[in-house]
Amino acid sequence: MTASDLWHLVFGRLGLQSLPFWDMIQHPTPSHIINGIIATGAAAVVVIGALVTVFLITKYRKWGVLWSDWLTSVDHKKIGIMYIVLAFVMLARALIEALLIRTQQADGLNGGFLSADHFAQLFSTHGTIMIFFMAMPFLIGLINFVMPQQIGARDVSFPMMNSISLGLTAAGAALVMVSLVLGKFETGGWTAYPPYTEAAFNPGPGVDYWIWAIALSSIGTTMTGINFAVTIYKKRAPGMTLFRMPLFTWTALCTAILMIFAMPPLTAVSLMLALDRYLDFHFFTNGMGGNMMNFANLFWLFGHPEVYILILPAFGVYSEVFSTFSGKRLYGYTSLVYATMAIAVLSFTVWLHHFFTMGQSANINAVFGLLTMIIGIPTGVKIYDWLLTMYQGRVRFTVPLIYALAFSVLFVLGGLSGVLLANPSIDFQVHNSLFLVAHFHNMLIPGLLFGMLAGYHFWFPKAFGFRLDERWGRLSAYLWISGFILAFFPLYALGLMGMTRRTVSYFDPAYTPWMLVAEVGALVLTAALTTLVIQLIVSIRERKANAVPVGDPWDGRSLEWAIAAPSPEWNFPVIPTVTDRDPFAVAKAQHTAYQSPPAYEDITLPTNSAMGMIICVVGGLLGFALVWHMWWLAILSALAVPVAVIAKSFDTRTEKVIPAAEVRQQHQAWLAQARQETPISRQLETSPDNHGLADNTIAEAST
Amino acid sequence: MKRNDAQYHYDLRIYQWGLGLALLLTAIPFALVAFHGAPPSVLLWMIGVLGLIQVIVHFRFFLHIDLSSQKREDLHLILFTVLLLVIMAGGTIWIMHNLAERMMAS
Amino acid sequence: MSAGNVNTEALKHPGINLGEAHGEAHTQAEGVVFGFWVFLMSDFILFGLLFATYATMVDHTAGGPGPKALFDLKSISIETFALLLSSFTFGMASLNLKHGERRKPIILWLLATLMLGLIFLGLELHDFSSMIDKGAGPWRSGFLSAFFGLVPLHGLHVATASLWLIVMLVQMGVFGLTPRVKTRLLRLGLFWHFLDIIWVGIFSIVYLAGLS
Repeated sequence: MTASDLWHLVFGRLGLQSLPFWDMIQHPTPSHIINGIIATGAAAVVVIGALVTVFLITKYRKWGVLWSDWLTSVDHKKIGIMYIVLAFVMLARALIEALLIRTQQADGLNGGFLSADHFAQLFSTHGTIMIFFMAMPFLIGLINFVMPQQIGARDVSFPMMNSISLGLTAAGAALVMVSLVLGKFETGGWTAYPPYTEAAFNPGPGVDYWIWAIALSSIGTTMTGINFAVTIYKKRAPGMTLFRMPLFTWTALCTAILMIFAMPPLTAVSLMLALDRYLDFHFFTNGMGGNMMNFANLFWLFGHPEVYILILPAFGVYSEVFSTFSGKRLYGYTSLVYATMAIAVLSFTVWLHHFFTMGQSANINAVFGLLTMIIGIPTGVKIYDWLLTMYQGRVRFTVPLIYALAFSVLFVLGGLSGVLLANPSIDFQVHNSLFLVAHFHNMLIPGLLFGMLAGYHFWFPKAFGFRLDERWGRLSAYLWISGFILAFFPLYALGLMGMTRRTVSYFDPAYTPWMLVAEVGALVLTAALTTLVIQLIVSIRERKANAVPVGDPWDGRSLEWAIAAPSPEWNFPVIPTVTDRDPFAVAKAQHTAYQSPPAYEDITLPTNSAMGMIICVVGGLLGFALVWHMWWLAILSALAVPVAVIAKSFDTRTEKVIPAAEVRQQHQAWLAQARQETPISRQLETSPDNHGLADNTIAEAST
Repeated sequence: MKRNDAQYHYDLRIYQWGLGLALLLTAIPFALVAFHGAPPSVLLWMIGVLGLIQVIVHFRFFLHIDLSSQKREDLHLILFTVLLLVIMAGGTIWIMHNLAERMMAS
Repeated sequence: MSAGNVNTEALKHPGINLGEAHGEAHTQAEGVVFGFWVFLMSDFILFGLLFATYATMVDHTAGGPGPKALFDLKSISIETFALLLSSFTFGMASLNLKHGERRKPIILWLLATLMLGLIFLGLELHDFSSMIDKGAGPWRSGFLSAFFGLVPLHGLHVATASLWLIVMLVQMGVFGLTPRVKTRLLRLGLFWHFLDIIWVGIFSIVYLAGLS
């Protein structure tokens, strides 16, 4: 056996050519050097970032804390927070990629500075990350943190599975990050349509990175959906009927149902593409009876419900935000619930509008076009309900409400462009143009991202016990909003002028001015993210001044505000009994909040488990081994999964008991603090006087 | 043990009925195919209908799904899944068949 | 334990009897079993899509062999019989788990189920290898890709279920019939019967429709 044979046996097809600067050294032309420097710089950021993190954790001796308090924790709150940390890290990367994309296109008249291949990697990773590793972790994290507290539960139904889901998502994200350092990512966009992504045209590791990142995270998300749905069905506090659930929980339920039924097509389609590439199947190949059109069909069977997986939790956040910061009950609760359910079901009936131009008959297009327009109706109902929630309310313009207001205007505009696209004859004109890019960013940024950021500001005090800095928060919100408008409204015009999406360069000078405006927008958006980071640092530094230990900084209405901030590990010392919607607002109005329960009981909680981390590492290794054809490692890690699961199934020490005395002591200390504090009015909401105890005049006036 | 006897025999009978019906519903289409018992188009319909009945038999006798209120949640879940399957699988076949007719006809 | 009580419990979870001492265990089991049903339905969608893909690709033989040249009705009918019978033997195990809780008959019925499952797998592997011998592997055509995407996926599920069954036999020995072991057996039962339902789809849509 030669050395090269041995190398291939151990490292598969990994080699020097997989390093990001190899091209540059081999072919030192100016273009190769520019692209090589950017790629190497990105890889260096990943490597140095990882090293600095490891160094800091070691220096401050935090490995033990990290392991036992976070990585192996099965507490839904901590898992939720870890999901959101992951989302922010990935947001940073994908936003920088967006900036590079915009810069390339602003400079793209007759050229630009990036190679076509590099540019393709950028838009592919940007889309893949934003959808699967920013948006999904963000909303899953938020639901994880909030939903059990809203329904009066101590945890989700399957806490260890929750940790495994996080592990799988993190493994997928890690693969996308590793692709910056070793090899290249896929170049066929976030949808990775074959036949272009088949082995015949794309034999490299890029598509494989996409496949395994997607497969891992889609399995994790399916498990998350099952977990959330069962939790909401089975773990509600006594008296909390379905129609007494807060609207965020309703949207969480509908999103969970969508995950359960819409993730399987994605898992299927990614694995089918893998079979094509690895085992010479012919699901989507050009010849031998393959049918690449079925890929588009199956992908969008997932893809369209996915749009509503992304948007519904944001709708839930907005419902809470509009109601809380208007000091009013949500207007039209029942209609909002039915609208959410209608959207969830209808979202399974419109997938074909993503490929109106594929060649099916006009009748089929017409059916799906009509269904697409119908889905706008329940969404419209929601907008009116939110507006009427504010009507005659005492509206407070806090950061979450600023996001919500921007959403309600911008989302309607995006929705209108969506109704245009729903008409197949118009879609034929603007298909695959920047008009479409403008449309879906117009839905996802004001819809999903603003909603997640509003939720982040809204629930941050509950998670960490202090408010985020209001001034930096407002600045950041205005930057996000103006940056979005500058970056994406020009794309509508460009789309109508005929500029296609994913174009590395163009020859029409008329595009350039619009592109320059969009570039300014991208810079503003980068500034927006920067201010968000500054806000976090400032807030942590001033955490004492902004502390809200009593736990109700916004005069909240649902159960999560009825407990301390940060929430105790067991959430509720005694499981509450619910008699109405907005239970905490009702309790405050009737002066029954902050009362001592007659008795405390022992609380049983799940113990920590390393399973999530094991599955994360093993899953990540499996993906990596398959990408690089390291068959021995692939087999070993594939075997490790069932071994770990079976070994775990023999472990009977899965629960720990918190003695009643400890619960009593902690709860009483908190109650004593609540009695000491002065309730503050809503005028002082964003001042350091706010310690989390609200005076309840507003609650009385409006419940 | 004695107290449970009636219940035991009732449960046993359910499984026996399940096996009997399943075997019957399997045997008929297998025999029809083996002995070419019907013209192909009729045969396809019969296979489809008998298969559907057998699926219901399995749900009723082996998975114990019925119309009782204890099973309502599971039944709703299954029916919702079937609705989505009809939309997804039916839609896929409809769209792909139409495309094949228009683009891939030999 | 009153007879009335047994009946309500029986209606709650056919095939399981957690006893009265475990009120908490029952509430938990209900969540776990419901969660498993949800997983099964998610899996159902996965199979449904592969069925649909198969239906759209059944004519894409690319000049290679089609269903009539490849499927062997005799072998399929033995496989079907083994799997149907295994659903019944698992049912008998569940029945004994619910009434009596004597370990020996449960183990015997489970062993019978495992045997039938392994017979099914053996025959199916033999079918696949003889197809491949005829040059009809998944690389031959779109039709065969769809076939090998769908049918072995079911086989993989049966193999997983068999492994799970072996683990449960061990756990019955290690832990006895604790509530945890019983709920796991209950879920395994749901899984096993569910795979039978998928097989009804496979023999109807793939094999019988292919041969008619």
